[in-house]
Amino acid sequence: MSLALEVLSWALIVAGGAFCVIGGIGLLRLKGFYTRTHAASVIDSAGAGLLLAGLMLQAGWTLTCVKLAVIGVLIFFASPTATHALANAALVRGLRPDADPEGEPSKR
Amino acid sequence: MFRIVSLVAALSVFWILMSGFFTPFLLAAGLGSALCVAWLAHRMDVIDREGHPFHLTWSAVSYWPWLIREILKSALDVARIVLDPRLPVSPTVVRFSPRQKTTVGLVTHANSITLTPGTLSIEVGHDHFTVHALTREAAAAVASSEMDRRVERFEGSA
Repeated sequence: MSLALEVLSWALIVAGGAFCVIGGIGLLRLKGFYTRTHAASVIDSAGAGLLLAGLMLQAGWTLTCVKLAVIGVLIFFASPTATHALANAALVRGLRPDADPEGEPSKR
Repeated sequence: MFRIVSLVAALSVFWILMSGFFTPFLLAAGLGSALCVAWLAHRMDVIDREGHPFHLTWSAVSYWPWLIREILKSALDVARIVLDPRLPVSPTVVRFSPRQKTTVGLVTHANSITLTPGTLSIEVGHDHFTVHALTREAAAAVASSEMDRRVERFEGSA
């Protein structure tokens, strides 16, 4: 593998890992259900996506690369659907989204 | 008919890519499985424009790169907010009417909103979306956005 590809691949992997860690920090620092969901979506959109892109460069033109791409497409479709289902369930259950940013969200 | 053929082809290619074995028996087993699935899907009457949106392949190829760029941009925004010691969040709820008419278009739009960090679709209907945003700025950018127009073009090219 050429040096440029290696550097790019590791840059993507490190960036993806950084987004995962930042998402974790966000989960801890933010308050309230809906705002925490935003932090989680950093992990599965940017974090997982960049990690997979970096790993695909590591794999090169092999079937492993295709499988990683399929995992990426699966996450691409499944994760927003699951996130929406979770948020919609919370809304239907009566968790008001217009809570003040400082404290815990108020229940109806 | 064309839709069934394309489904069988897509499933067979998927089988080959997942297995990685090219012996005649396993290739035949893959084709047989693909035919079985296509037959069942045909009997269930789910091979339609919505269940197998084959006609959207090319517009998806042009829409996704733009979406990925948007995801990375807003992921950086959210990361900056999370790491800021002052934690400058201003959770906002916004309701608006999306321009899409088809179910596939509406789902694509709602999924794109949720995929983009900082915005989250919490209620989706035919004539209105309710979106939760991490900041006021992100909420202001959701209604009648470029995403709205692009998804409209995406479904319109069907």
